[in-house]
Amino acid sequence: MKDKKPMKSVFKEGAITSEFIGNSIYKHQTKTNIGAHNIFLGQVRADEIDGKTVAAIEYTAYEDMANQKFHEIRESAFENFDLTCMHIYHSLGTVKAGEICLFVFVSSPRRKVVFEALEFIVEAIKADVPVFGKEIFEDESHQWKVNS
Amino acid sequence: MLITIKYFGQIAEVTQKDEEQLEVSENTVSELLSLLNSKYSDLKNKDFQIAQHQELVALDTELTGAEIALLPPFSGG
Repeated sequence: MKDKKPMKSVFKEGAITSEFIGNSIYKHQTKTNIGAHNIFLGQVRADEIDGKTVAAIEYTAYEDMANQKFHEIRESAFENFDLTCMHIYHSLGTVKAGEICLFVFVSSPRRKVVFEALEFIVEAIKADVPVFGKEIFEDESHQWKVNS
Repeated sequence: MLITIKYFGQIAEVTQKDEEQLEVSENTVSELLSLLNSKYSDLKNKDFQIAQHQELVALDTELTGAEIALLPPFSGG
């Protein structure tokens, strides 16, 4: 039984809290066909660039296209991997250094699948989804983040 | 035709707006880009891709009247 839901927004305003993540895990305890979960958490790093430290990242997105891309990644993941369910949440707005901005959660009856699926999904998000991060320094100047 | 053009991230900093509607006689994405380059001179120093109807398109793509977006490098996650 796959919980393939139609297009839903993956965006959340602000940081993704550890309570939200813990609650997501809790909600899967009724799905007893699952034998393995895997979770990716993207955390905002306090990079030091030219002597200035990143205090936060402010995320914006081309939301219509981004939700379409998230949907395609989701369809593709279900096609290619034996997943029971998957969830993606990405922050919009300001996320401070040390806080979580991306939460990807995959579940399957067996472990091998979740390792492969999670990497596929995270790499696809980085490459294909139009999200833009503005790195805000402690002195309130900024630069635009580029994924490496 | 009347086209809605959206700007994001550092591109929106150049254009000083997130969105505008332009009445254009241009036929291709490339021709539209020339128009935008003359309107916003700093645009040619910026790295971006162009989407039409929420799909990335090549410069020789014909304009359909659907929404256009100028997208700087993605940096999600």
